[in-house]
Amino acid sequence: MALELWQSIPFACILLPLGSAAATSVMKPRIARWWTVTVLVVVTALSGIITWQFWQGAAHYTYMMGHFPAPWGNEIRAGQLEALTALFFALIMLLSLLGGLKKLDEHIDPNKVGLYYVVILLMTAALMAQVYTNDIFTAYVFLEIMTLAACALIAIRRRGRTLVAATRYMIMNLIGSGLFLLGIVILYDLTGHLLMEDIRTAVKEIAATGQYSQPLTVVVALIAIGLCIKSALFPFHTWVPDAYGFSTPTSSAVLSSLVSKGYIFLLIKIMYRVIGLDVIAATRIGDVLFVFALVGMVMGSISALRQTDVRRMTAFSSVAQIGYIYLGMGLGTDAGMMAAMFHLFSHAVCKSMLFLAAGGLADASGNSKQFRDLRGAGYRSPIAGVAFTIGALSMVGFPFLGGFVSKLNIALAALEVGGVRSLLVLLVLAVSTWLNTMYFLRTVITLYRKPLEGASYPVEKGRRGFCFNAALVLFALQNVMLGLWSQTVVNAIVEGLSTFG
Amino acid sequence: MAKIRPDYENSWWPRFLRWLESGSSALDDALLDELSSTAEEHLVEGAANASTREAHDEERRLLSIRDEKLLYDRIHRWAHSKGSRIIRWLYRITAVAICVGIIILLLNTAANLPPFGSPDNPVNNEVSQRYIEQGMQETGAVNIVAGMILDYRAFDTLGESNVLFIAACAVIILMRLPSSPDSKPTTEQLEAEADDRMYEPKNDMILQHQANFLVPLILLFGIYVIMNGHISPGGGFSGGAIMGAGLILYLNAFGFRKTERFFTFTTFRIVSLCALSFYAVSKAYSFFTGANHLDSIITTGTPGMLFSAGLIPYLNIAVGLVVCCTMYAFYTLFRKGDM
Repeated sequence: MALELWQSIPFACILLPLGSAAATSVMKPRIARWWTVTVLVVVTALSGIITWQFWQGAAHYTYMMGHFPAPWGNEIRAGQLEALTALFFALIMLLSLLGGLKKLDEHIDPNKVGLYYVVILLMTAALMAQVYTNDIFTAYVFLEIMTLAACALIAIRRRGRTLVAATRYMIMNLIGSGLFLLGIVILYDLTGHLLMEDIRTAVKEIAATGQYSQPLTVVVALIAIGLCIKSALFPFHTWVPDAYGFSTPTSSAVLSSLVSKGYIFLLIKIMYRVIGLDVIAATRIGDVLFVFALVGMVMGSISALRQTDVRRMTAFSSVAQIGYIYLGMGLGTDAGMMAAMFHLFSHAVCKSMLFLAAGGLADASGNSKQFRDLRGAGYRSPIAGVAFTIGALSMVGFPFLGGFVSKLNIALAALEVGGVRSLLVLLVLAVSTWLNTMYFLRTVITLYRKPLEGASYPVEKGRRGFCFNAALVLFALQNVMLGLWSQTVVNAIVEGLSTFG
Repeated sequence: MAKIRPDYENSWWPRFLRWLESGSSALDDALLDELSSTAEEHLVEGAANASTREAHDEERRLLSIRDEKLLYDRIHRWAHSKGSRIIRWLYRITAVAICVGIIILLLNTAANLPPFGSPDNPVNNEVSQRYIEQGMQETGAVNIVAGMILDYRAFDTLGESNVLFIAACAVIILMRLPSSPDSKPTTEQLEAEADDRMYEPKNDMILQHQANFLVPLILLFGIYVIMNGHISPGGGFSGGAIMGAGLILYLNAFGFRKTERFFTFTTFRIVSLCALSFYAVSKAYSFFTGANHLDSIITTGTPGMLFSAGLIPYLNIAVGLVVCCTMYAFYTLFRKGDM
């Protein structure tokens, strides 16, 4: 079957940033910057085209990476959900980079700015590969690139805290990678395959005969826990506040809304396409995720309440929001998965905007992220203030914004399950929403209060330039559109998940 | 009305108000302030004027010593209280218990896996069968492993070589000393040079004689392993590691003066760029033609010849160069913070 030209887009989306990363390393920083932005624009546009094609009703397909068919060679797969996720990831990457461009020169040694763009491009390539891959070992290879790139993103800001944060991040994430790799190895031993569909067939047989049920349970646990550590689910979240709180704003945005989401998307893919929801339900691992998520939703918010630093507060809020996503996944139903996917998008769009806006607000307040200095920052940096307010409202679950729809979806999915679980979910959802409101609205109120007596702020620091403002406006638009046209996205997710099975 | 109460300050409403004003407890505040202010950013802004920079550094050092002492006192007090000892004890017990639990679980799993080496294991399926039976015809590589990693599953290996590249980038970001814009060495660089002269071997006759004899052999062997990667066991990864070891030995024997003549940071960048670009471009061509079922100009040639097996020998060279440069870069960056 001959392929049409647009069907090569996933291949281009992976190879283009991967190939240009090495080239970027020898460029001058100024050229490297615009080259990186251009590549990201191209990747975003290509992802837009492929999403459009699937929206028009094209069927999902697989793409051979080389001259050998699937179980022997490598293969990638593109479908509705992959295309949509790739579009979101590419767009958020582009806007995060644009929003933080000015800060990069301030935070990074001029000799190393060029390397930042290399890392960004490799991260983009790895994310795209992670989204499109149809082979579990390819997923592992690109997961390694993501881990190392994330460490570099944190450590590139020369500051005592970031080095500690990067070390912590590396140790925790390598444990996660190790568990994931161990899971893949055992799974390969049980099934003899690395291609997702073939593993699924073999796993079905194993589950039917019941011969290797104990190793299979261990495999599911290792893969799930490995990816939970990497995406900062509640008990494994200790690396989050420093890593997100002290790195340069672009790094925080990329780490919180893309890297952790990439791992979660991989886990969802594995749950559907490799292990199967029925087998996962039989191993009860979903219930473990469910409990972790419930506790995380409350504990993350409580920790966020105790912060005095806006960046660290936003970081802890991520822990709670990751809990929401895992809650949807832990329900183990299609509706739950859909809710998780939707929240993945809405949180990704929102959290990166919050981190960028917080950076801008701190800049307008004499480089301090403490709440007492942030008073009145909303007037000093109006666009950042409005963007932060929109993000906060979306996280709280204000109607017409993405966060509202995802909370609604989670609640509906929980009602469908029935019994004690739905009661628990609704209760914790209510408590968590209440806590979210407390800390986010407190921040928004602080932003629009009169500054403390005698405080003076350097005026010129507040001017962040065109890129920053444009990125924040686009982010805000994206948030509102996600809320208003949520049904389109929900339909796409449902259709995409139905071809996953 | 409530303000009449004597303990008004400790009731929940004023506490809520205080929290709204400032945030969490005072101790957290203090700790956070201290921790984040001790580690001020020090970029190269002031590098132009060395004396003011030094004075500034000294002042900052004294400040940070004071802060550290305060922090230490506070933590010290906590560390010697009874509560902390109980918590530490509990922590150790739980850590050991969890580790033992995981070890038992994994051993049990290993016991339940398919028996090792049995012919009807799930791994002996049509996938490995085709690799073994038709691998040589299809890829032209006598070494099946080379055929698998550089032809059948070349996409994974493309990712793998970029793992090395990003690792090298991360180490450069972490370890490379900042240099001033006007190519004059900064204080840190001079210090690193001095440290290097002090602690590393210098003009060691025995080492130099051995290196004179060994380095060419090691490099030659590395090239052999890379070039014959598709014919005999070996390949880019192992051969590159051998060559990297050779370069490191040479550096240890003769010092940076000699190696800088042929291997600087620019060399590293150019070699990485060429190798990775060649890999990405050639494989992009191969992926694209493969996926679209187009004819490729790459032929397998006669298995067993030096230039056969399509792209595999060239990819081996590219991977070998990346591995060699990365190993050498790791060593120099950890040793001196530069190349």
